[in-house]
Amino acid sequence: MNIAERAKSGKFVITAEVGPPKGVDIGEMLKDADLMNGRVDAINVTDQQSSVMRLGSLATCHLLKERGIEPVFQVTCRDRNRIALQSDLLSAYVLGVENVLCLTGDFVALGDHPQAKGVFDLDSVSLLLTAKELENGRDLSGKELQGSPRFCLGAVVTPGADPLEPQIIKMEKKVKAGAQFFQTQAVYEPEKFAEFMKAVEYLNVPVMVGIVLLRSAGMARFMNKNVAGVHVPESLIEEMDKAENRAQKSVEIAARLIQEMKSLCQGVHIMAIGWEKRVPEVLDAAGL
Amino acid sequence: MIISEQKPLTEILKSLEGEQRIFLVGCKGCAEACHTGGEAQVLEMKNQLEGEGKTITGYSVIDFLCDKALVKFRLKAHEGDIISSDSLLVMTCGIGVQATSAVVDRVTHPACNTINAGGSRGEWRGDERCLECGECLLDYTGGICPLTACTKSLINGPCGGAMNGKCEFEGDTRDCGWHLIYERLKKLDHLDRMRIVLQPKDFSKMRPPAHLRNTIMWALERKEKEVPAK
Repeated sequence: MNIAERAKSGKFVITAEVGPPKGVDIGEMLKDADLMNGRVDAINVTDQQSSVMRLGSLATCHLLKERGIEPVFQVTCRDRNRIALQSDLLSAYVLGVENVLCLTGDFVALGDHPQAKGVFDLDSVSLLLTAKELENGRDLSGKELQGSPRFCLGAVVTPGADPLEPQIIKMEKKVKAGAQFFQTQAVYEPEKFAEFMKAVEYLNVPVMVGIVLLRSAGMARFMNKNVAGVHVPESLIEEMDKAENRAQKSVEIAARLIQEMKSLCQGVHIMAIGWEKRVPEVLDAAGL
Repeated sequence: MIISEQKPLTEILKSLEGEQRIFLVGCKGCAEACHTGGEAQVLEMKNQLEGEGKTITGYSVIDFLCDKALVKFRLKAHEGDIISSDSLLVMTCGIGVQATSAVVDRVTHPACNTINAGGSRGEWRGDERCLECGECLLDYTGGICPLTACTKSLINGPCGGAMNGKCEFEGDTRDCGWHLIYERLKKLDHLDRMRIVLQPKDFSKMRPPAHLRNTIMWALERKEKEVPAK
């Protein structure tokens, strides 16, 4: 069952993510994935996260699939033009990868190859349109395909963006373009998330709230200063600051956030960023 | 010189849908030379639009629409006509449309597509930049170009990277283009424009078309290259 079907059947959908390594030593990543397997419905594989060159998302999705794990293929528009993107979407389908998360991608200069030429031939909205077009049996230039793929298309949204209206307008466009589910940027303020969910109720699309595990008070402060649309309240920073066992506190906070927001949305997307081993603990503590 | 060509009348009329009173703006610079926005073309457009039942509230043909200060100064004389108009139709390159948009709080529609002339540049003095994409989108974006104002040239709205209206890249000096577009459309009560899903751009329109490469300027450049260096 793909993510949209799970959400539609009324099941609370749980996803996590792995980031492919810079290099070819995949042991650690697969161990993390195996640890989460069985506890989550699917695992996202990031696509050159933060514009840092790494092992590819599609190859990693294939590896997960081989181990019986449902992957979510993250695709950004930063590094490929429409020819390569369409080709990779077809490749994903023949490898049995159904869930595709369509993103714009970070700007090239923010990563470890600032000299590279950014592509952005398509954007997240037109990437969704493109995937739909392939499903309809045609490519972007209108040429007929020999056999058409089927996808479960996802997209992202930042509930904490300020102003929020442009984000919602874009979310609406993503739904129009074919997005069947949304995973959000990290959320730490349940009340604000409730307001967001009310504002997007009319879109009638499953939303999975994003949870990033806090590793320290410093990380929280860093995100507040540098990550768009993410705000960790002072009370949580203080909790982290005072905690004797930070890992335990981190798990506790994540679980609490999930419990507080569970009834507001259709699923949760846990981004552990290095603490994948703790994802089962978070789920235990959240009663999932 | 910046090369432009007029958009088809059907496209112009579509962009003016629901608007009755239109003020026309032309340019005596490149657009006049291209026969897309000189006085003659402005008057022709006036006739065509009046034939379609529109009211032309007035017009102004300005020496260089890329000169924002001049545009502001010259349009001042038409303030009353402009205030009483639903929108302005600007018959020039993308820079001229953006410069007009920057000094007038009215919807500005582009009447032309700006075509890449192979690297030659006109003169511009403000923030406005035109990528000469050959498929002008300024009508959808409140007269601010998403290709040049957005670091990623996104055409369907902001990415999630902007903070406090600043770009994720060099945010201390770079505005988020889509934040500017959003604020502008909100001010013009035209956020409906932002809700339109735009198809992937046709970047083949950016290449100088054959008829341009056949001009005397292109021929001269080729000739120069053929003269052996001594």
